[in-house]
Amino acid sequence: MGCIVKGKEGRVAVISIRLNGEQRQAREGSIADLVASLGLDVKKVAVERNREIVPRSTLADVALAEGDELEIVHFVGGGC
Amino acid sequence: MTDQWSVAGRTFTSRLIVGTGKYKDFEQNAAAVAASGAEIVTVAVRRVNVSDPTAPMLTDYIDPKKITYLPNTAGCFNADDAIRTLRLAREAGGWDLVKLEVLGEAKTLYPNMRETLTATETLAKEGFLPMVYCVDDPIAAKQLEDAGAVAVMPLGAPIGSGLGIQNRVTIRLIVEGASVPVLVDAGVGTASDAAVAMELGCDGVLMNTAIAEAKDPIRMARAMKLAVEAGRDSYLAGRMGVRRYADPSSPLAGLI
Repeated sequence: MGCIVKGKEGRVAVISIRLNGEQRQAREGSIADLVASLGLDVKKVAVERNREIVPRSTLADVALAEGDELEIVHFVGGGC
Repeated sequence: MTDQWSVAGRTFTSRLIVGTGKYKDFEQNAAAVAASGAEIVTVAVRRVNVSDPTAPMLTDYIDPKKITYLPNTAGCFNADDAIRTLRLAREAGGWDLVKLEVLGEAKTLYPNMRETLTATETLAKEGFLPMVYCVDDPIAAKQLEDAGAVAVMPLGAPIGSGLGIQNRVTIRLIVEGASVPVLVDAGVGTASDAAVAMELGCDGVLMNTAIAEAKDPIRMARAMKLAVEAGRDSYLAGRMGVRRYADPSSPLAGLI
């Protein structure tokens, strides 16, 4: 569940999300913020939020919400 | 004289498509792709490892600007999962040319054709250009074409089996009936199998395990390149007729 914690910069809201099948805490903000905080290159991944594709061009505009289910995927080796 | 083929308006010179799974490491994978001369590689779509974002990635070794990435739905057992995977692939890569495969069971990895047809229709409506893995059945191949497949990809034998082309007659029937490219997908074990596929008139061959599990994958990649080229040339050259008895190659006249 969401809670408020105090960081150095002041009050930062932390919310609970499910990312790639695992429950985790994330700072409130946009999906682009989350991708960057994970150290991922936004140009190399695709994001699905609650079973809907979030176009790369809008990642910075979509705010994370409590309970969001996110999938972040990329290309890996694979055959037929 | 260049011999090229086109799928959905994109033109390629190499008729060999290779997978990027099962290799020892990315270096070996990249070297095998280079040796194969392939211009298209299949790739899978999987979750990012969020606990290790700095892990090396396929795109660091095989440049998607130089080699066409063909996202594949390997591992999907129903239409919904396959469509969901390809929507993500389109977003990740930014292109519409994809490879659809909807599997029926783990034991044979035979395609589930009902789900495959459903998924093909949906993908085509959404603007995708699906190249579709299918059974070696000429009727199913036509149905896929009607549903919007931009290429049909019948199996030569089960995925990863290396059994070679089990039914040359049905592969040939598919080639004769198709108005989209036909590529044998799965079952190739060695170079002669690839040559057989091309001699049957297929537009191309897709393989992964035959190269990745060879003792020397890079050498096998080269062998496959040559086999596909040889098979294609042999098909274009038009083979001799078959006789039941001998026919001497030297003239009978002038025998001492």
